[in-house]
Amino acid sequence: MKRVLSRWFTDYGMVLVLFLLCAFFSVATYTEQSATGEVAAVQVGELIKKQFGGNALVVIAVREQAEDVAFAKRLNAELIASGARVLAVIQGEPKDAREALMKIVATGGKLHAIACTQATSEWEVFSDLKTDFPSLGEPVLLAPLRYRWPIFLNASNLLNIANQIAVIAVIAIGMTLVIVTGGIDLSVGSLIALSAVLAAKLIRDCAGGMNATASGMIIACIAAVLLCGVIGAFSGGMITQFGIPPFIVTLAMMLVCSGLAFTLAEGQSIAEIPDSFMWLGRGADFLGLPNAVVLMVALYALAHVLMSRTKLGRYLYAVGGNREAARLSGVPVQRVLMFAYIASALLAGLGGVFMASLYKSGSATYGNMYELYVIAAVVVGGASLSGGEGKMFGTFIGALTIAVIQNGMNLTNVESYTQKVVLGLVILGAVLLDKIRHR
Amino acid sequence: MRGIDKSFPGVNALRGVNLSLRSGEVLALLGENGAGKSTLMKVLGGAHRADAGVIEIEARETVFHSPHDSRRAGIAIIYQEFNLIPALTAWENIFLGQEITRAGFLAPAEERQRAADLFRRLGVEMDLDAPCRRLTTAQQQLVEIAKALAFDARIIVMDEPSAALTHHEVARLFDIIRDLKKHGIGIIYISHRLDEISAIADRVTFLRDGINVGEKPIGELTRAGMIELMVGRELKDEFPARVVPIGDARLEVQGLRSGRAVRDVSFTVKRGEILALTGLVGAGRTETVRLIFGADKREAGKVFLDGKPLNIRSPRDAIAAGIGLLTEDRKLQGLVMGHSVRENFGLPNLNRFAPNGFVSMRREREEFSQFVDTLKIKVPHMEQRAGHLSGGNQQKVVLAKWLARNCDVLIFDEPTRGIDVGAKFEIYLLMNELAAQGKAILMISSELPEVLGMADRILIMHEGRVTGEIADARLATQEQIMQLAVA
Repeated sequence: MKRVLSRWFTDYGMVLVLFLLCAFFSVATYTEQSATGEVAAVQVGELIKKQFGGNALVVIAVREQAEDVAFAKRLNAELIASGARVLAVIQGEPKDAREALMKIVATGGKLHAIACTQATSEWEVFSDLKTDFPSLGEPVLLAPLRYRWPIFLNASNLLNIANQIAVIAVIAIGMTLVIVTGGIDLSVGSLIALSAVLAAKLIRDCAGGMNATASGMIIACIAAVLLCGVIGAFSGGMITQFGIPPFIVTLAMMLVCSGLAFTLAEGQSIAEIPDSFMWLGRGADFLGLPNAVVLMVALYALAHVLMSRTKLGRYLYAVGGNREAARLSGVPVQRVLMFAYIASALLAGLGGVFMASLYKSGSATYGNMYELYVIAAVVVGGASLSGGEGKMFGTFIGALTIAVIQNGMNLTNVESYTQKVVLGLVILGAVLLDKIRHR
Repeated sequence: MRGIDKSFPGVNALRGVNLSLRSGEVLALLGENGAGKSTLMKVLGGAHRADAGVIEIEARETVFHSPHDSRRAGIAIIYQEFNLIPALTAWENIFLGQEITRAGFLAPAEERQRAADLFRRLGVEMDLDAPCRRLTTAQQQLVEIAKALAFDARIIVMDEPSAALTHHEVARLFDIIRDLKKHGIGIIYISHRLDEISAIADRVTFLRDGINVGEKPIGELTRAGMIELMVGRELKDEFPARVVPIGDARLEVQGLRSGRAVRDVSFTVKRGEILALTGLVGAGRTETVRLIFGADKREAGKVFLDGKPLNIRSPRDAIAAGIGLLTEDRKLQGLVMGHSVRENFGLPNLNRFAPNGFVSMRREREEFSQFVDTLKIKVPHMEQRAGHLSGGNQQKVVLAKWLARNCDVLIFDEPTRGIDVGAKFEIYLLMNELAAQGKAILMISSELPEVLGMADRILIMHEGRVTGEIADARLATQEQIMQLAVA
């Protein structure tokens, strides 16, 4: 039993750390809150239906934020569907609400309920309706129910974490391949920039700019990703054919690609791209999950199978574990290394396309320092920089850990400079933990 | 050392072991692999802390917290794997960690001078300024010994010092050891080579499974007696007999050439034959087989298998053609030490276990477990890291790896280096069986008894050339081989 536990802890210790971090941030962000947006609209709609049946006379009061607007829109639809009459939809400030109520008073109308969000229910104007607007017939203020729940654990926040990490996590797949072979790829951050700029530029200049078609944009993205693949093949070639250390080759390519990205972008951000380009980064077609997150999970599943079930995966580990023994066992060492560097570059290119889509523009400043975050994710995930060790699942947990720490600190209002200090120490701590476990 | 206990997770490596060494004495420590010899020496060297027991030096009880403490107490340990920095010169290595300084600055001239004195005392020529990676194994050994002498060690432990040395170099080493004895230095000598122990040791302490099983002056021991005490049973023959008809030529090598290391080497190995390739270390034996296997680029030469020419440009091609190579160095070339034995076994066999790219672990496991049974590999489970096995078991895993490929030609480079007597015998049996299956076996060995005991035919190399052939190994003598080897 003890053996099983210790083995589990060795393999999945980082999962425990991640779990503890989540628990910590959950406690730290445990506050009173209420539902927002469409969920809240359905909730309030149900309340009105229950209290007043089909013929309720209602006013909806919201602020001008996006989620309030969504609330108003959905609630309006719900109420009309149930037969209630919406006398007014107030979008704005308390004085707008006063005007709207005065208007109803002027027409001699009655009112059963005022549907509010959490924020508008606290408006002064609604605090004493009985004395201020006696002719309305004592309308009830209805707002979404209050409850206590950690902000960290809200579905929207969890999705936010997933979205934030998608780019780093996808690139970390390629970095894991490279690190498992005993190498390193420092060029991924610059490849993000190069790919984002190239994709944006191709869409602007070749695919018709703002009027670009879907197929034009897809071809532009594929071209950008493939160019990154070519650069990866170049790095791999330098490493395998001339025996230059990966650190040096990819350091050089990091500078080259960053320079190329700035040259291509002419120092500007390229934003003449149709809105539909944001589908990849912002869209959510599958079970309400963002497309980037779905793609990330799919890529991890694929990479996991590659590493644990295929011949190629076994070869990657063998090359990193003992290159000479692998070669003498008939492993095509050079082809395996080429694969790792090309895959890493392709995934970095994909990461660049993600970012361009997320921000609807391509800029050469994207991906700055990302190589370090990616390496950190892989190392926190338990891979050894000396090669031969490391799991895809571990890398995923590593990337997630970094995202959770960043997100948690944002929620708890930790200053961004302090965040860097904490993140650095956490990376060190994670690897230290790993070392102690393996002793 | 009295009552030394040491256990690792799951293993009691040492249980109440006693060992005494007098000054000016050579004590041989004998035991099979895994008997605890190395662990005991690591305790003495301060690399491991004993769980119980005391170490007394000149009747004073001492505690070693680190290798540094042990060294200060006058103990030098020369491990089987040398601890030399490849890029540093001989004299820099000798004084590493015990630098001579003047006012805080290194005194290189003085260090170099003292190193030269040490080598003169040892009676050897040494290129002091060459980086250690360019020195031969024998020279590196001498650097290690000089290092021990440099800090006036009173006790020197040599773990398998002769493993990589040739006959002549071993003789030279023995002269040095005798000289050290005269200076009152106590030497603990660990080796599997019983002839050497008979020649140099004064007394022998036997270890088996982590306990003392005997201690005798060398005069009271015969070779058979030593083996019996080591393995705890009688071993009739060291080399199993073989009656195998020898067939047509299987592997044929013509005009193999690569720089100065291999110069125009040609030979054939026949079906069912064991051909031994011997000579001094550095004669080009390993280089020759690496060329056949495609591990290094060859300048010229052809390789034929069953009469058909092969175009081998990489180990991958050689393996596909049906050639297997068991390298001399398991740690650097044979196994991925950090990975499981199952994965190591599967590595050259993935074509079969993963015909469509996906590895069938079930087939891999099934096949490996068959080999575990037939080769009697001692592994607790298949996920055991290769690095945690004893030398003999590691060699068996390497063997299983190649046997599973069913190669037509098997090349064994020093197949029994660092392996104990029991496991050696099993490997010899297996080689016989492979020959009986009609395979061609090429064996490199520096151990002349092994060459004489196992081979059908012997080729002797010297400075990259084949300088002699003994057509019937049964009629050969060690002296005859040595003469050809130094020619």
